[in-house]
Amino acid sequence: MDPLGPGSEIDGFRLGEMIHAGSMASISRLTGESGPLPLIIKIPRLGPGERAVNVVAFEVCRMVLGALAQSAHHPTLVAFGDVETVPYLVMEYVDGARLDDWVPRAPLAPEELAGLGAALALALHDIHRQDVVHLDLKPTNVLYRSNGEAVLIDFGLAHHSHYPDLLAEEFRTPLGNWVYIAPEQVLGVRCDPRSDIFSFGAILYHLATGRFPFGKPTSIARLRQRLYRDPVPPRALVAATPAWLQEIILHCLEIDARERYASAAEVAFDLANPPQVAITERGTRERRASWAPLLRRWARARNFEPAPCPPPSIRIGRTPIILVAIGAAQGDEPLFDALRDAARRLIAADDQCRVACVTVVPSAARLSGERDEDTATGRHIKQLVNLRRWAKPLGLAEERVTYHVLESEKPAAALIDYAKVNEVDQILIGAPRSGGPLRMFPGVAGQVVSDAPCSVSVVRPRLDS
Amino acid sequence: MKLALFADIHSNLEAITACLAHAQALGADRYAFLGDLVGYGADPVAVLDLIEQYGANGAVVVLGNHDAAALGRSDDSLNVNAQAAIAWTRNQLGEKQRAFLGSLPLTLRDDDILFVHASAAAPGDWIYVSGPTEAEQSIAAGNAGYIFCGHVHEQKLYYMGAGGRPMPFRPVSGTPIPMGRHRQWLAIVGSAGQPRDRNNKACYALADLDRSRLTFFRVPYDHGLAAQKIRSAGLPERVARRLERGS
Repeated sequence: MDPLGPGSEIDGFRLGEMIHAGSMASISRLTGESGPLPLIIKIPRLGPGERAVNVVAFEVCRMVLGALAQSAHHPTLVAFGDVETVPYLVMEYVDGARLDDWVPRAPLAPEELAGLGAALALALHDIHRQDVVHLDLKPTNVLYRSNGEAVLIDFGLAHHSHYPDLLAEEFRTPLGNWVYIAPEQVLGVRCDPRSDIFSFGAILYHLATGRFPFGKPTSIARLRQRLYRDPVPPRALVAATPAWLQEIILHCLEIDARERYASAAEVAFDLANPPQVAITERGTRERRASWAPLLRRWARARNFEPAPCPPPSIRIGRTPIILVAIGAAQGDEPLFDALRDAARRLIAADDQCRVACVTVVPSAARLSGERDEDTATGRHIKQLVNLRRWAKPLGLAEERVTYHVLESEKPAAALIDYAKVNEVDQILIGAPRSGGPLRMFPGVAGQVVSDAPCSVSVVRPRLDS
Repeated sequence: MKLALFADIHSNLEAITACLAHAQALGADRYAFLGDLVGYGADPVAVLDLIEQYGANGAVVVLGNHDAAALGRSDDSLNVNAQAAIAWTRNQLGEKQRAFLGSLPLTLRDDDILFVHASAAAPGDWIYVSGPTEAEQSIAAGNAGYIFCGHVHEQKLYYMGAGGRPMPFRPVSGTPIPMGRHRQWLAIVGSAGQPRDRNNKACYALADLDRSRLTFFRVPYDHGLAAQKIRSAGLPERVARRLERGS
């Protein structure tokens, strides 16, 4: 009997249908007494004729999956066998669609792509903040659960900064899928989470245009082109690509890691809030760089110095998002001032942070006015103007501040939900005040304090005695 | 089987006591003391008597360069402060402690594990394993799956890559690292009694031999008391300050 065929057993696990036979490993379902179990077994291809990287990839996968905190964003490791005896990994079976399934439909509608992308970026952020870099991000390594959450699979080429990097300097040809890997990966750098952001950008590019940003290189020389050549702007291929989407894609695909998004949470934020994306020249570009800058970059690429890897853990916290809850009510200037002062102190303490100004209004369906102000769009614009007016004295650069008018009957729930989805690090909210006119969110502050996924500062103007 | 590994204890009773308690709480049942039991610190007699007891119960103990110097073997590589501390230490030791130090081997081998204070390439030459080249020489000469050593005061793990070159790794305290037996490993467990990486917590490591995992630890201890004893003994002020700052 085929040692890996259905019915065979490894360490007491009974194998079922083989669902994947790759060059590095095979994957089978596990079965129990009464049919398939929600588990898979991954067995590396070892032995004569197989590549040495297979063994190491197995060790890395086991190490990284074993170290990650249990989460929806990667399969849970259940059991494993050792390299010296019988190597295998038993993991959760994720029953979901593969991002690869969307590829034949490319170019995708921008909204659909933004949804898929935002979920994937959140999954990436989850592993990055645990000091893991995936380094083999491609559509076949991304699954989606039925609730829309993205799941990253196959950590065989990953890097975890708390563990020895068994793949470092071991293999001369660049590891990973050459269609998607970042310029610094071409040079063997394995410790930069921004490499995943580049690959993420390459996936978005592919799904937005139906083309690979750097073709399908088959030689090292071709592979090295991404060290100096920028991709054809998506708008030149699919004219309907919105500027915000091109901005996000090309921001991810910057050659120098320092010029990309600093964290996947920021990418998720931008994909979830397209109107807030600050469009630069990147977003509206119609053609690639002309020969003069290209020549300069080509000359530099010969001695390409990759950006130093950011230090572990603290790198993610470097671009925190501060949510300031600004009430829709007019005329509470002392509280507006107090919130602004509190925000100013946080901004001064961290020159990387971003400020999201948020207000909550009742759903449009409840509006019934005739006047411009009372229509949904009229009201929306008025609220945006209020938010901008509040933020103006802070003097923040455009890309560091965003404005959001949320529609909900439950302001606290809307704020908390927003904070969760956008990975907000701190919330500033006005304190309730007894007596006098109602503060902006009566009763909301308490609920936000108790349920928010992050720190909440309750702000109150100094009371004159 | 959980093997606790201590090196460069340097007569620091507070540090080694805290590390031993930490290891015991995690289920340590075997012990290895990788040399430099004395030097610098103010408790040579208490530390040697404690380690001798562990040795009598089966613990591995090997000789370090400060221990050799305390026995009167000349060592020009020691700096002024170290020389002063060694001269002071010699006067503290009695016959019992000298006999114990005199009985210690330079290396010990247990199955696939080699214990040594410095480099296995020339254990009596006290070569610092300060980079991949020295690690490669030690691994080549050690001919063991695992080499556990000290001498360099900072924790470092070298693992043999497929290219035949040892790769350096700076461990994170408390993270168990799988150490497959199909590779060769060299672990510098770090100094228990005189950390020097701007972190004043004591260093040690715990090897889970059944599960092939090694965990490096940093343990807080009463460094203030250890420093105070050094000052009271009239030992160099620089040595006391070093414990407080960890540098």
